[in-house]
Amino acid sequence: MPNQPATSAPNNAVIEFRGVSLRYDNGHAGLDQATFAIERSDFVFMIGSTGSGKSTVMRLLIKELEPQDGVIRVAGRDLSSISRKQVPFYRRNIGVVFQDFKLLPNRTVYDNVAYALQVTGHSRREIREKVPDVLRLTGLSTKLHNYPDQLSGGEQQRVSIARAFVNHPPLLLADEPTGNLDPETSIDIMRLLYRINRTGTTVLVATHDHAMVDKMRRRVLELSQGRIVRDEATGLYQRDESTREFVSRLRTGDDRPDGI
Amino acid sequence: MKPNVKANFNFAFFLRESMRAMRRNAAPSFAALATVTVTLIVVGVFIPIVQATRGAADSVRARVEVEVYAKERATPADDARILAELKALPNVQKVVFESKAQALAAAKKQDPAAYALLSSNPLPDTFHIYPTNANDALPIRQAILGVGNKSDGHAKLDRDIATVSNHTDDTQKLLTVTRFVTITAALLAALLTIASVLLIGNTIRLSLFARRREIEVMKLVGATDWFIRWPFVIEGTIVGALGAVGAIVVLGVTKLALLDPLASNWTLIAAPRTISFISLVLVLVLSGVCVSALGSGMSLRRFLRV
Repeated sequence: MPNQPATSAPNNAVIEFRGVSLRYDNGHAGLDQATFAIERSDFVFMIGSTGSGKSTVMRLLIKELEPQDGVIRVAGRDLSSISRKQVPFYRRNIGVVFQDFKLLPNRTVYDNVAYALQVTGHSRREIREKVPDVLRLTGLSTKLHNYPDQLSGGEQQRVSIARAFVNHPPLLLADEPTGNLDPETSIDIMRLLYRINRTGTTVLVATHDHAMVDKMRRRVLELSQGRIVRDEATGLYQRDESTREFVSRLRTGDDRPDGI
Repeated sequence: MKPNVKANFNFAFFLRESMRAMRRNAAPSFAALATVTVTLIVVGVFIPIVQATRGAADSVRARVEVEVYAKERATPADDARILAELKALPNVQKVVFESKAQALAAAKKQDPAAYALLSSNPLPDTFHIYPTNANDALPIRQAILGVGNKSDGHAKLDRDIATVSNHTDDTQKLLTVTRFVTITAALLAALLTIASVLLIGNTIRLSLFARRREIEVMKLVGATDWFIRWPFVIEGTIVGALGAVGAIVVLGVTKLALLDPLASNWTLIAAPRTISFISLVLVLVLSGVCVSALGSGMSLRRFLRV
């Protein structure tokens, strides 16, 4: 499955946009007839300058906005068929990461991650099992009892990724996850997202960092003024590349092993 | 991607959440608490005052009566006839008959010295008419006197009626004043209620506004509206209850220290019938809790629309 080209077999797509348009009240076109599909366990970048519609795609996917035209399917389900009451349950299947982290400032790292499980009605025992696991995965085991304002930007972003991933959602959306971070920290975050992708989770990352995207050689959707202007699902990269190889390419742009 | 767990109501969790919120947002919580306390103190003072005012007005109005005097020649049979006729008039609550002898006895009791000098009884048989509503006193008087109010007296309700007491001006003034007092008190009470609800609602809204980011995050991780709302409602209940307790303590101390000694020295204060302290406590606690719990729950609606 994972080696199928992205353009075929829409039934297998996790995300499918067909002729989706959205115009904001101020007349600005958020999206204009966008059509694309993203395969299961794919890692896709969405690039474009500010106002090109990247965030609109994200907000449509978590049903924060409704399109005026077109059909959006997530895992085969038409989003317009989800009622307002069902939205919270739908969102539990999607992890979301934002540029500004959106952590709860009055909770510790542990509680921030645990909150996503409390919301879904997990028992305390499950929470005690799952939270340390995901914090280990994201390298935050030593920061358990810190509050968000005691952490660096990269650490805060890793907390927000931990929170997004603790439910093991089939889909992870990241809207400018490295927008506030320095290049080295950005690589850490990308590596973490890639590691999550390797567990089978479909990852969609919006960014305006062309350089980083070029180095990573993943599938790239480019948006400009609400239109898809480029969709490169080329076979330039190996799908089953190890995280280590992935990172080394990020650092250097070639295949030299990295020195961590 | 089907809805998995149903909206789960875990009271212990919600209680912990609201406690945490209050601890972490001490300043807005305290502001809400203080607002509730002050508002309830004002309400708690105002309820008895409105009641006392209305009670005073009502007791004055209850004393409004029409007195009908029978002619000298009236026999007990005539009196009985007049009594029946008066009772048959519309809007008459009751008619009390006072015979010449009874009237004299009552008058003697009031001023024994003056009446001891009299050789005969100058007082007529009297009918005291109490209208169902004080406003009806004047129409009743008109009905007895007859519309034309002719000087020969034949238009009167009964030929054996001599006169009807003439307090038209006094009655009119009394009615106007008491009506004004009652309406003013009701208006003030309504204004105060509106002001309290707005004030408490606004304070709650302010503290919610400070936490709108938090609510946004909760929505993003898939919390249902009620999952977000319950801690706020519980917090509102606690703040409302604490505010009510504060107001009651202040009111209780004031009552014990100031009002009770005054009332025992000066009967006038105790005279009008007002709400008992226990019912006042119940009213304050209930309204405090309801207004702030409902206020929190409903103000949240605005922020839940993400």
